[in-house]
Amino acid sequence: MKWLLIGVIVAATTVGEVLQAKGMRRHGEIRDFRPGAIGQALAVLARNWHVVGSVVAMAVSFFAYLGLLTVAELSFAVPATAITYVLETALAKYVLKEQVTWVRWMGASLVICGVALVSL
Amino acid sequence: MHPESVRLRWKTWCCAALVVFSNVFGNFFLKRGMPAELATPSAYITVLFRPLVSLGVLLLILWLASRMALLSWADLSYVLPVTSIGYVLVAIAGRLLLNEQISAKRWLGIVLIMAGVALVSGATAPQTATSGTEPRGTRP
Repeated sequence: MKWLLIGVIVAATTVGEVLQAKGMRRHGEIRDFRPGAIGQALAVLARNWHVVGSVVAMAVSFFAYLGLLTVAELSFAVPATAITYVLETALAKYVLKEQVTWVRWMGASLVICGVALVSL
Repeated sequence: MHPESVRLRWKTWCCAALVVFSNVFGNFFLKRGMPAELATPSAYITVLFRPLVSLGVLLLILWLASRMALLSWADLSYVLPVTSIGYVLVAIAGRLLLNEQISAKRWLGIVLIMAGVALVSGATAPQTATSGTEPRGTRP
């Protein structure tokens, strides 16, 4: 059960966050932070299937995480889900076409090791 | 530095700070408010009406919105490591507010995360991929 939930969380988080990044980048930089403008942006984003899909995937991940916390310790849950950093950085390079230089890989690797040490 | 890249860097840092704080406090209130177990499927819904849980959920909605705004201009491979400073904040808040001990292993983890964040935020620009709204072919 524990590992099934981890699998669901990792898959849903990775898909959700990559879709979110893709949808938002397609929408373009948000420059106006007044309430009316934010409302308009939300109305546009509600018709962006990347964004809608990302919210659905992240909701799945959220409820699976709540479920995981009832059967496992936080010190197991957090490092086990840190694998999403590796998957998402790779997808950022190949799907989102970001320039993931060795500096970014280095930074991401330090963060993954750090997260594991902090939470284990 | 070019004024446009200075503007983007400041905007990125302010928005990243909002992403981190809303996530850390959202999760904190959620954990405080959660019961020991969720026995039935309907318990997953009714738990949302507890005050601390709903405050946590509101902060997590702010987290989602601010993260979406941040990703509208910043790279995912930049946002991921930079917002992980939240793990450090959780450990330090535990030390200061709840008087939890921080072991040598945790301190080492905190140092590694901070080094990773400093490396990515200091040595790389927030935006490398082209935006979908710009005309094609204006950037390599």
